[in-house]
Amino acid sequence: MSELIRKNASELVELLKSGQVSSVELTKAHLDRSAAVDQDVHSYLYQNPETALAAAADIDRRRAAGEQLHELAGLPIAVKDNLTTTDAPTTSGSKILEGWIPPYDSTVVKKIRAAGLPILGKTNLDEFAMGSSTEFSAFGPSRNPWDLTRIPGGSGGGSSSVVASFQAPVAIGSDTGGSIRFPASVTGTVGNKPTYGAVSRYGLIALASSLDQVGPVSRNVLDSALIQDLIAGHDPHDSTSLPESLGSMADAARKLDVKGMRIGVIKELMGEGFQPGVMNRFKESINLLQQAGAEIVEVSCPNFEYAIAAYYLILPAEASSNLAKFDSVRFGLRVAPEGNPTIERVMAATREAGFGPEVKRRIILGTYALSSGSYEHFYGAALKVRTLIQRDFAAAFEKADVLISPTAPTTAFKIGEKLEDPLAMYLNDIATIPANLAGIPGMSIPNGLADEDGLPTGIQLLAPARADARLYQVGAALEKMHEDIWGKRMIDFAPELEVRS
Amino acid sequence: MAKDELMNYEKALEMFEVVIGLEVHVELNTKTKMFCGCRNEFGDEPNTNVCPICIALPGALPAVNRTAVESSISIGLALGCEIAPNGRFARKNYFYPDLAKNFQTSQYDEPIAFEGELTVELPSGSVHTVQIERAHMEEDAGKLTHIGGSTGRIQGAEYSLVDYNRAGVPLVEIVTKPVYGAGAEAPELAAAYVRSVREIVKGLGVSDAKMERGNVRCDANVSLRPHGQEKLGTRTETKNVNSLRSIERAVRYEIQRQAALLAKGTAIIQETRHWHEDKGATSAGRPKSDADDYRYFPEPDLVPVQPSKELIESLRAKLPEKPADRRKRVQAEWGFADLEFRDVVNADLLDQIEETVKAGAKPQAARKWWTGELARIANSENMDVTELEISGAHVAELAQLVDAGKLNDRLAREVLTYVLAGEGSPAEIVAARGLEVVSDDGALIAAIDAALAKQPDVLDAIREGRMQAAGAVIGAVMQAMKGSADAGRVRELLIQKANA
Ligand SMILES: [Zn+2]
Repeated sequence: MSELIRKNASELVELLKSGQVSSVELTKAHLDRSAAVDQDVHSYLYQNPETALAAAADIDRRRAAGEQLHELAGLPIAVKDNLTTTDAPTTSGSKILEGWIPPYDSTVVKKIRAAGLPILGKTNLDEFAMGSSTEFSAFGPSRNPWDLTRIPGGSGGGSSSVVASFQAPVAIGSDTGGSIRFPASVTGTVGNKPTYGAVSRYGLIALASSLDQVGPVSRNVLDSALIQDLIAGHDPHDSTSLPESLGSMADAARKLDVKGMRIGVIKELMGEGFQPGVMNRFKESINLLQQAGAEIVEVSCPNFEYAIAAYYLILPAEASSNLAKFDSVRFGLRVAPEGNPTIERVMAATREAGFGPEVKRRIILGTYALSSGSYEHFYGAALKVRTLIQRDFAAAFEKADVLISPTAPTTAFKIGEKLEDPLAMYLNDIATIPANLAGIPGMSIPNGLADEDGLPTGIQLLAPARADARLYQVGAALEKMHEDIWGKRMIDFAPELEVRS
Repeated sequence: MAKDELMNYEKALEMFEVVIGLEVHVELNTKTKMFCGCRNEFGDEPNTNVCPICIALPGALPAVNRTAVESSISIGLALGCEIAPNGRFARKNYFYPDLAKNFQTSQYDEPIAFEGELTVELPSGSVHTVQIERAHMEEDAGKLTHIGGSTGRIQGAEYSLVDYNRAGVPLVEIVTKPVYGAGAEAPELAAAYVRSVREIVKGLGVSDAKMERGNVRCDANVSLRPHGQEKLGTRTETKNVNSLRSIERAVRYEIQRQAALLAKGTAIIQETRHWHEDKGATSAGRPKSDADDYRYFPEPDLVPVQPSKELIESLRAKLPEKPADRRKRVQAEWGFADLEFRDVVNADLLDQIEETVKAGAKPQAARKWWTGELARIANSENMDVTELEISGAHVAELAQLVDAGKLNDRLAREVLTYVLAGEGSPAEIVAARGLEVVSDDGALIAAIDAALAKQPDVLDAIREGRMQAAGAVIGAVMQAMKGSADAGRVRELLIQKANA
């Protein structure tokens, strides 16, 4: 494997700037890597080497011409396949959108193109981002580079595995209840779900509008910071995007200092249901932070126990409405029913054939939750829980600047292991969901390998809304402590993948 | 269409109390649509004013049109409503092919304006105050054209065409509380209410307010209950009644139809009904019930609309005169008698007459033209007088030509037909067609002499005071001059001749 592709994005950017490597070289190296490993890992749903190399060549040409370029210009990137791109199909992992080429770029993709980052391809996900393993992708699961028989997390398992298998230095993900953070945790990578509204959702195929947020995926904290700085900012096309800037995440990631910070350990996200190896590593990190001068406090968030229940009402409710537009009339799949093709029957036949089982499950759940007679008991009650969780956080952030927990209760499970048990699958997100319900930022960084299975574990950092910079500051500092102890990055412990030609 | 049994109207009112409720949709004339930057334009090529947002492509998000919000607030204020400090959008979920997202972005429990009232005067002179429940913002759907099949409806059509140009056009829906107490005048009250709403939105300049184009659309709810009963009867909702006259007729029809059913002990079905202008009848549409489940929930893609106090007050300061105040003012200015003025109001001609008077016509002349000849022409063409392609300035010019003696009544009417045909202004037409009245005494005297040669006794008759005898000569002169003679002048000359 080319040593180039193992490097962090922050290093690659320096090589590009100094002319030691061209964007075409770098892009080509990553495309070669995909050719070698992606038939096993299956991170990508779509790649077009020609367009990626053309974008890279353009940047090289502009650099040679002495043009003032964005600091990340020339750095290749992978994009989750639920962000619209005009030069590549955008499927959101669903048959109903197979082959659909959008006529417009999402705002995030526009920013990526404007800054001159070649797009390597579109990464796999659970259908419409509904899932924790990519097993619900209509186009087959992605695999965990640490162990190809295991899941890479979901829904953004394409973006986590693409970075973990060195097919891309950085990637874009989206997180509705943990779809960036859980995959990061089980693949030994970094992912951040920014504050709700920090990054535009325009062109993100909606799962649950009030929970969805786009964010970075990478192999180290600074790289994620660089990407978040690139994609964040107000967008008049997204009414829910924040009007103000949250400052430089990269600056925060370079501080490497936690002295005097109050770090809260969430009582409810420890113990029962959490794998021992996950808990051991978590406790070690608490000690590291304390040794580095942070003040550790315990906080309680008593309403977290209702978070999953509330989430699985709010999300399906919004999703059932968001997915109504997939009706075969204007775009995507159209299936002719047997017999008289009335509009209702065409719509029904298309949705029956085009949506997978998890999507149907959630549409039915959500439709029911919003129905008159059920609304107050279900959707209305869930909104109340949401408010209570926001209050839990508000109280916790009175005592602490940053909260921490394990990102997920377990390491990566086997493909197929939880497929028939939706409730077990939903429980993976127990620690990540509260941040989406409250709109606060949440980051997962590598936290060592579990003793019992040698697989990656993750630690989650949470901060108040708009205080994303704190996550980058604490995350990068903790990452540095880890690397000092381990002697290398955690991703460097991952086994070599078999290379195919 | 099965023929409904109708009860005699007076009898229906003896037996039942009428309760109506009106939902008026006002299409705003903003430059762009409610949630995207597409042009809001009537009559463009189908599917040319569309974008990812208004055809609901995956990933697209709405952004609220500020002007539409301000227009909605202005409408609310003009209706005396409170303005919500926190107006939220909601999704109304239902599948229909003209609805790109398969939900309509509307407002549900937090409308932008609520609790208002509107005072309207009926043709009889009675005055009613209609309570407004709410005025809320929403988006229009696309336009469906059903091809094939006999009904022009979706059922039975071979296929349907969708034009999304109208999808996402901003609407304000104004909903009244139940309206009681109009008695036999309920149909007139319905029409008068819609007329007032139209006047308001037109006066505000926030809508083109053309009913024939669907800028103002009315759904009329009608229910009956026995006199003295507290509980409201089952209502029907007659959809998209697209002229003031139809509103009146449709309400009257529903009263008579429902009364006939109730008298037989048949229950009214809660349903939407369609008004058929040609048949003068309503027909059953979709059954509708309170259990219709639109699964409303707050629109998560939009933040609440929170108009500042300053904005609300600045819009309030810009409100035009209230319709009732305006009527009082112009009636006094024009010096119209009550009956004259009521005719003008009922014919919906206030704007036209105001424009005509502004252009220099005398108020009475303006009134006579609009309620007389123009109303007659519109009636014979089976259209509304307000739809005639003629401006107040043209009418004023015509009236001035008559005053100046350049046109007589007959010529003026002829010129009018050419104006309506689009030939230009009255003065231009008079010049182009050489239609001016002949008042050259020489030509008239020659014609009188020629006529007298055939009827020599007329001069004697005039001298004896039998003035009606003059008519025959005047008629002959007019005929000889093909109507372009000034009849008054002919008469004067004839009398001079007799007394010479
Ligand atoms: Zn549009």
